[in-house]
Amino acid sequence: MAGATTLRLGAAHAIGQTRFEARAATRETPLVKWLILGTALTFFAVFLLMPLIAVFVEALRKGWETYASALLDPDALSALRLTLLAAAIALPLNLVFGVCAAWAIAKFEFRGKHFLITLIDLPFSVSPVIAGLIYVLVFGAQGWLGPWLAEHDLKVIFAVPGIVLATVFVTFPFIARELIPLMQAQGKEEEEAAVVLGANGLQTFWHVTLPNVKWGLLYGVILTNARAMGEFGAVSVVSGHIRGETNTLPLHVEILYNEYQFAAAFAVASLLALLALVTLGIKTWIEHRAAHAHQDLHEGQS
Amino acid sequence: MNTATLATPLPRPSAPPRLRVLPGFRLTLGYTLAYLSLLVLIPLAAVFLKTAELSFAEFRDIVTAPRVVASYKLSFGMSLLAAAINAVFGLMLAWALVRYSFPGKKLIDALVDLPFALPTAVAGIALTALYAKNGWIGQFLEPLGIQVAFKPLGVLVALVFIGLPFVVRTVQPILEDLDTELEEASASLGAQRWQAFRHVIMPILFPALLTGFALAFARAVGEYGSVIFIAGNIPMVSEITPLMIITKLEQYDYTGATAIATVMLALSFALLLLINGLQAWTSKRTGRDR
Repeated sequence: MAGATTLRLGAAHAIGQTRFEARAATRETPLVKWLILGTALTFFAVFLLMPLIAVFVEALRKGWETYASALLDPDALSALRLTLLAAAIALPLNLVFGVCAAWAIAKFEFRGKHFLITLIDLPFSVSPVIAGLIYVLVFGAQGWLGPWLAEHDLKVIFAVPGIVLATVFVTFPFIARELIPLMQAQGKEEEEAAVVLGANGLQTFWHVTLPNVKWGLLYGVILTNARAMGEFGAVSVVSGHIRGETNTLPLHVEILYNEYQFAAAFAVASLLALLALVTLGIKTWIEHRAAHAHQDLHEGQS
Repeated sequence: MNTATLATPLPRPSAPPRLRVLPGFRLTLGYTLAYLSLLVLIPLAAVFLKTAELSFAEFRDIVTAPRVVASYKLSFGMSLLAAAINAVFGLMLAWALVRYSFPGKKLIDALVDLPFALPTAVAGIALTALYAKNGWIGQFLEPLGIQVAFKPLGVLVALVFIGLPFVVRTVQPILEDLDTELEEASASLGAQRWQAFRHVIMPILFPALLTGFALAFARAVGEYGSVIFIAGNIPMVSEITPLMIITKLEQYDYTGATAIATVMLALSFALLLLINGLQAWTSKRTGRDR
């Protein structure tokens, strides 16, 4: 499922080349070219660019003062805190999992490996609404652990732990999915050499494996972070929408929007849109760096 | 004599027991399996176990209720249509990004991933603002009698938005890897440009295009956040299946919600298998590693 989100090593290199336009055989007539280009760019502008611009225009429709007060509202600030908290817990959890899974899968042979990879991918193919539902079935009042949790005065659903769980689920495969193919491609000779020379497991990982996979790891981390901070459906199911307590930023956007406070809703939304733009910026930078590292490696070998 | 003795192969040591030089196999695999089971597999199993409490007749009545069936038709119909639209325009966009040079190309290439990065709720309210009667796009469609926001067409627009990168990003690397020699050969053999596209490029591209289509479809069927703002959520008309689950949950009808979730999960798993198969086909056809 994640095929479309994995780090593209050739990307930065391929963009900006003109080998196809230089030859008659791989060139369209100007009319066809402009038709394709025009259609593609119009489609891009209508479906991707305009929604992005609309967020910022709507956010500033009532001026900077309304904008600032929407962001500095205590409910918005507490939503921001919860969003940061959920991401700050989900990210390290999935990072440790991703590294462990990639180490086991890429460096060792065992039966059922492909099946395990498919299982790790599973959360990508599950609707976010179902991602929330499954934790309600386990931890909710009528769920498996519901009575036990109530007895011990613990709350998971309609509370912060539920939001963290839902966030972990929807971002579950990102880091593992980046690391597994990268570490498989690296092989294990370098690590074996390190171990034979006396390095322990952690030293081997830190000094040998990590430098080889750092761009993929970083890539997985920023994708995880973006999704963790932006998740709506799964979190909506388990949150209970208690203002100031179990509201994340995306849920706060929904509440404001449903109360017809459009400018405030778009102001908070613009914060999330900025996060998306920063994520895409870092992502492009990583692709650029990774492509160069990749190229240097190949030139060094030949 | 001597040479003969020399030629006698040395006794081969029996195959050494498979040694694992690297440490940490048990620890990392154990942790992986435990984490996966606790957070994903056991909670997902809860859906099936909860559904198993129902008799078959009860299950059938819930998942074939008219309002639920209307939601399947809308969700599947619009997801298929959105994936098809993305397959066509996504291919064009990937083609333009790989083959043509134009100003702002790098920026556009980076922004193609926007639907991955932009929170779905933000996309939902932005699209609603654009396609409302007085919105930037809606105001031009209104005189033509086309209403998008709060109508089934709104669902389609949202699903096209979130599905686009899946097609572009699966087709783009295959296009980049394409050898110019193939097209030069077909041109030298007298093929027209469209013949080269139809008979040379398309067969190589097709598995990837189909994979992108399936990925976009799978994502669209489960999508919730970007759709509910623009759909209007009118029963029997513009309610998507994930919303039916939410509606049942809000009425504390956990069994009903879980039964519908079972239908959706079964479809998701079928799609996952199909997509795995398609990706294997893509790598076989193009010789690329996934």
